[in-house]
Amino acid sequence: MSTLAVTTTLNGETVTFLCEPHETLLTALRDRLMLTGTKEGCSNGNCGACNVILDGTLVNSCLVLAAEVDGHQITTIEGIAGPNGLHPLQTSFLENAALQCGICTPGFIVASKALLDKNPQPTEREVRHWLAGNLCRCTGYDKIVRAVLEAASAGATKE
Amino acid sequence: MQTFSYRSVSTVEEALAALASPTARALGGGTDLIPMVREGRRQADLVVDVKGIPELGRLEIDAQGNLTIGAAVALHRVYGHPEVARRWPGLVDAASLIGGTAVQGRATLGGNLCTASPAGDSIPALIVHGATLIVAGPAGRRSIPVAAFCIGPGRTVLGPGELLIAIQVPAPRPRSGAAYLRFIPRNEMDIAVASSGVALQLDAEGHIAAIDVALGAVGPTPIVVADAAALALGQAPSAEMAAKLGAAATAAARPIDDVRGTAAHRKRLVDVLTRRAFMAALHRIG
Ligand SMILES: Cc1cc2nc3c(=O)[nH]c(=O)nc-3n(C[C@H](O)[C@H](O)[C@H](O)COP(=O)(O)OP(=O)(O)OC[C@H]3O[C@@H](n4cnc5c(N)ncnc54)[C@H](O)[C@@H]3O)c2cc1C
Ligand code: FES
Ligand code: FES
Repeated sequence: MSTLAVTTTLNGETVTFLCEPHETLLTALRDRLMLTGTKEGCSNGNCGACNVILDGTLVNSCLVLAAEVDGHQITTIEGIAGPNGLHPLQTSFLENAALQCGICTPGFIVASKALLDKNPQPTEREVRHWLAGNLCRCTGYDKIVRAVLEAASAGATKE
Repeated sequence: MQTFSYRSVSTVEEALAALASPTARALGGGTDLIPMVREGRRQADLVVDVKGIPELGRLEIDAQGNLTIGAAVALHRVYGHPEVARRWPGLVDAASLIGGTAVQGRATLGGNLCTASPAGDSIPALIVHGATLIVAGPAGRRSIPVAAFCIGPGRTVLGPGELLIAIQVPAPRPRSGAAYLRFIPRNEMDIAVASSGVALQLDAEGHIAAIDVALGAVGPTPIVVADAAALALGQAPSAEMAAKLGAAATAAARPIDDVRGTAAHRKRLVDVLTRRAFMAALHRIG
């Protein structure tokens, strides 16, 4: 069980880190790279708190081994804001009070970013379907869905 | 999590050499294997990542219209492929039901088949689409009809050291349609209480020329409703025929009581789901 060196593009920067072969990407992000924005809820794929974008695709980082991302690209919640401040989704979550305790929020924002990258003008139904893998124990989801729809229409008026 | 070694391979030969160890396991999307190993429900000393093998990542339609899906192709690629979505709708129904978006970003048909859950959603759909599995092992390659692949909960006909390479799905027949439906207590993100897949073909006169019905989560393996052909072939499709097929599904089901539902509920569900899947498959012809 030798320690592995993994090189990946993480939020746009090349990063090399060491990990155990059985370690998940979630553990490596939080405990080795100190990127604690990505949360652990269930560690079995059911809650979405650990969502990251891997090569453009939304995944649960608790179901990916850290070793698997060697040579791949990852975006975490820490990579969502741009150089000029918060991403429109982040602003919209704040303005719509789409969070209470906040533990699910990084996962929802990363998942919503992956949705808007693919489908910039989703319907409410599409937003709910896309976010079905993200659980929130506090908000009741409506404010989250509203925040995503508002960020999408704000993005549309900007263009 | 138990400790294990990790190896990423890029050829079938390398994979077979690594899988020759009895404690090695292939890794597809990891959505079953990683939680199972963590929870101690599966032992593994070596995890062999097969996603880097080009043949396992293929998604191709050949000149005859047959589809080949590499065992390690993630589900979002299957339902995101417009031609696949148009021509194999029952498979796409199943692929887009498994987990949520983030699970579909990783999970594969190969993993769904090899996990061999009685409720594995892709399996009844692949059965009614007439799929064949290509397997490589120490003794060479062989092909297995998907209906013969699962032999019990978590058990398949794969021998020691065998690797699933690809799923071959024949071109849809003219005037054919298919659908796969399941029942879960919520709208998304749950394991089927019961499910039914139906594929059918009409002849030029509009009579049933071929029909396949397969059920999930109502037995130790997916169940083929063998009586379907005798009930339907040569006749015009109708609501009465749908009802007869539903009754045949109920008769073929061998469900148990468990946390997800009772046997009686499941028998009732496969009746309703089979009728609806039949009508949905019929509507998709054209
Ligand atoms: C939150 C969540 C929801 C889910 N919902 C559903 C659902 O609704 N319906 C459903 O059917 N399933 C569901 N699943 C289970 C799982 O996602 C699927 O079974 C998935 O298709 C497994 O594919 P994988 O690539 O992730 O498999 P892996 O975890 O990589 O592998 C699964 C098994 O197959 C073996 N294997 C993988 N590839 C090969 C190969 N090429 N050759 C030989 N053996 C191989 C592995 O060794 C392992 O034993 C869910 C899982 C999660 C975490
Ligand atoms: S922690 Fe990964 S899905 Fe819950
Ligand atoms: S805000 Fe608390 S879980 Fe979502």
